[in-house]
Amino acid sequence: MKKKIADSLRKRFYWELSPLDEDMIASLSEKPHELTRSSNEALEVLEDVREVRVQRAQEQEQEMYRQIHRWSHASGVKIIRSMYRVLAAVTCLGIVFFLLWTVNTLPPFGEPENPYNNEVFARYVEWGPDETGAVNMVTGMILDYRAFDTFGEASVLFVAACSVLFLLKLHDHKDGKPTKTWLEAEYDDRFHEPKNDQILQFAAKLMVPVVLLFGFYVILNGHITPGGGFSGGAIMGAGLILYLNAYGFKKTERFFTYRTFQWITFGSLLTYAGLKSYSFYTGANHLESFVSPGTPGNILSAGFILPLNLCVGLVVMCTMYVFYTLIRKGGV
Amino acid sequence: MNGLLDSLWRHFDVTVAILLFGIGFTTLLLHTNLIKKIIGLNIMETATFLFLTSQGYIANRAAPILMEGTRAVSGYVNPIPSGLVLTGIVVSVSVTAVMLALTIRLYRRYHTLDIDSMTLMMKGEDE
Amino acid sequence: MQLVQNVPFFSIMLSMVSAIVTPVLPRRAAKWLSVGVVAAVVCLHIWFVPFMISYGGSYNYMMGHFPAPWGNELRAGLLEAAIALALSVVMLLSQLAGLNKLQRQIDPPKQGFFYVMCNLVMAGMLALVYTNDLFTAYVFIEILALSSCALMVARQLGHTMVASMRYMILSLLGSGLVLIAIALTYNLTGHLLMENIHDVIAVYAANGEYALPITVIIGLFIAGIAIKCGVFPFHMWLPDAYAYSTSAASAVLSSVVSKAYFFLLVKIFYRVIGIDVIMSDMALNLMLVLGISSMIIGSLGAIRCLDIRRMVAYSSVSQMGYLFAWVGLGSEVGVAAAMFHMVVHAMCKSMLFLSVSPLCDASGDSKRFIDLRGAGYRYVVPGITFTLGALSMVGIPILGGFFSKIFFAEAAISGTGWVQVALLAALALSTLLNAFYFMHTVMGLYRKPRQGYEPQPFIKSALAAAALVVFGVVNLAIGFFAKDIISFITAGLQTFA
Repeated sequence: MKKKIADSLRKRFYWELSPLDEDMIASLSEKPHELTRSSNEALEVLEDVREVRVQRAQEQEQEMYRQIHRWSHASGVKIIRSMYRVLAAVTCLGIVFFLLWTVNTLPPFGEPENPYNNEVFARYVEWGPDETGAVNMVTGMILDYRAFDTFGEASVLFVAACSVLFLLKLHDHKDGKPTKTWLEAEYDDRFHEPKNDQILQFAAKLMVPVVLLFGFYVILNGHITPGGGFSGGAIMGAGLILYLNAYGFKKTERFFTYRTFQWITFGSLLTYAGLKSYSFYTGANHLESFVSPGTPGNILSAGFILPLNLCVGLVVMCTMYVFYTLIRKGGV
Repeated sequence: MNGLLDSLWRHFDVTVAILLFGIGFTTLLLHTNLIKKIIGLNIMETATFLFLTSQGYIANRAAPILMEGTRAVSGYVNPIPSGLVLTGIVVSVSVTAVMLALTIRLYRRYHTLDIDSMTLMMKGEDE
Repeated sequence: MQLVQNVPFFSIMLSMVSAIVTPVLPRRAAKWLSVGVVAAVVCLHIWFVPFMISYGGSYNYMMGHFPAPWGNELRAGLLEAAIALALSVVMLLSQLAGLNKLQRQIDPPKQGFFYVMCNLVMAGMLALVYTNDLFTAYVFIEILALSSCALMVARQLGHTMVASMRYMILSLLGSGLVLIAIALTYNLTGHLLMENIHDVIAVYAANGEYALPITVIIGLFIAGIAIKCGVFPFHMWLPDAYAYSTSAASAVLSSVVSKAYFFLLVKIFYRVIGIDVIMSDMALNLMLVLGISSMIIGSLGAIRCLDIRRMVAYSSVSQMGYLFAWVGLGSEVGVAAAMFHMVVHAMCKSMLFLSVSPLCDASGDSKRFIDLRGAGYRYVVPGITFTLGALSMVGIPILGGFFSKIFFAEAAISGTGWVQVALLAALALSTLLNAFYFMHTVMGLYRKPRQGYEPQPFIKSALAAAALVVFGVVNLAIGFFAKDIISFITAGLQTFA
């Protein structure tokens, strides 16, 4: 009888019998009157036993959860992972087949008689340079005919810059002293990034002025040749990032700090909003606006398109640079 | 079936765009690694831009930079899809930047890039 | 063109310019600028709505010097003006009521960015309500997605960051589907302005050409926007996101952002594709299925919750299901009922979120039901407004929610076959489940606190209490004037197309 109880306990709970349990087992087969000692002592012993039992039960429950956790990590998760793979294959094939079947019934590719080669296209090409002054029709379209979309797009860039600043910017000073996180970030950055690399610095010395100049050229000539604010801004941002990589934060901070970024973004977006609000207001209320398209092909033509390209280019340049520095070090 | 394959081969750009869209969509939805999800997002958006841009193309015509002589519609490609794609690319870049910033914060906090593990760890937290 | 007709343009530009200016201002100035701009937009719309009632129709507002197919346009009508007014009022009251709490919960150097995001949500909402162009709608959808992600993550806890990541992933899936739908629409029709697309699609539908692509476009729009609104299969991010962000952010997210997306979907149905083509289309069944499953599963999820904010968040899933199901019914009466419920829910859900926060403060900063017992006695005003909101959601007479359920039932009866039965059954079951968890909570607020509970001193905010009182009054007003509002909405829908 005793052995049966001991074996069943061992099988259920996987641990060795403690003296207390052996005591319990022994007491189960003893006669009742031998259990009674003085009532106080008995009470104390019962309290102790109960405490140990409770603790034992809790440990046992935790062990059970640990085993479940181990199982789910081993085989349960494998089931879910393989289910994901099957589901992924099915979804992908489903979407692809469905859309291919649809696309098959659309108008054919590259034909001049398609529905989208209609009067909108005709007017943009025939009257575009006279109405907007831009020779590059894509720029004329996005900065004059459909300028509200481009304003929305510049705002998307602004929202993204604000969100990334919000998430990643570290406070650099608190009560006049640099904060611990800032110092750690600086140390990490100096440890991992190349310092005074000769090849990089020589290449940067040659390339950065050319890159920045070319980017500025692309921005200014957006209405005459392919290009515009977005591509030119990306080129200039790349030039700044190259400079930062070669020469480090200290030298770049001599001319580009967080305040610079703030004021350039503020100024450019406000100018864009102001110019375009004038344009929208006069257009909707059928008033005459003083801007004239100018002679297509000249650099100083196309009404507001040149200043707008400049604003957009500056915003894109600052945003690209700020993305890079925030992700690299958490500070501009 | 033969007609279907034939027409898909003729609309080559569009077919490739849709294949990439399916791959990108599935990667974004069902991979558990955050960086792979972001890569999937980029593939999906690039595929959409390919689909849009290829609609502007008309065979044997020039880019819509108007030169001195020709002003006729029949000399140029449709500029509208290119303009839409310009906007789309900027939106795609912005969204990728924000997701990467979020990934960095999440990694610093949970030391893993797996979204399912993060969810389990998060559920264990209390506020 | 009179000066008042410029109001849509003024409101959008005002919100965007204020968002641009805010980062360079110090914190206090930023706070008052943000609240001031929302108040200014509310005032502009209070001037605008009576003008629109007397004008009687809708008009197009050219953004630039070029008319419809060549340039961008906004379109202002009765319904758009009314919805913009309602959502701006919600936004103003949410900001005022949540102002003190957010100043305590968000890091001071980063509070400026929070106000930027609030302004951008407002600009995005106004643009989606007034736009007449599909591509502008896409760009502002992205603005809303990014700014709502930032609002969620304002309070930088583990919960909010993981929820925000899952929200971004699903939201971008939705945007991707919407962009492919726009690309297919452009391919088929060659226009991006809504009315021009409508004309071309009407011709196609009459001839029977391109039937499959049109169905696919409708299905992609529905799927994309359903993913972004958070209905059933795509709702996993919602409870964590709404429950753990600061109360102003939860109120704005649940009331303004999802309603803007839903309004855009209805606008696409009416103006891009045309209501006759939609009603005879199979893709509406998708909306019906998503809506009905959302209604039931949202309520079931709410019952299982142990803390009050997650419960209110799951209730949001359920209410979005109502909106989708009744538009999926495919009749004008259904759409009018869904619009009315949209307004009721926007007012009510933000009031609920904003009342829960002071009640939790009064219970030692805990959200669990067991700690909230007796909170109604400790802080009277939020207790009353929570009760009002809960009764409205359940559908007690006189309040707005009762009238929306009556309108829903009337619309469901006008359906045919299995649709009618399914909708009525789902309505009944969902009301029962709503009553279960909302009444349980309200009764819990007025019970005796649990044993051994010592009330702790807590911070009261007069501004929050005043804003909540105004909210309560607005909700009661919606209930009293429900008949007028629904006839207003029906009239607005006539000129919506």
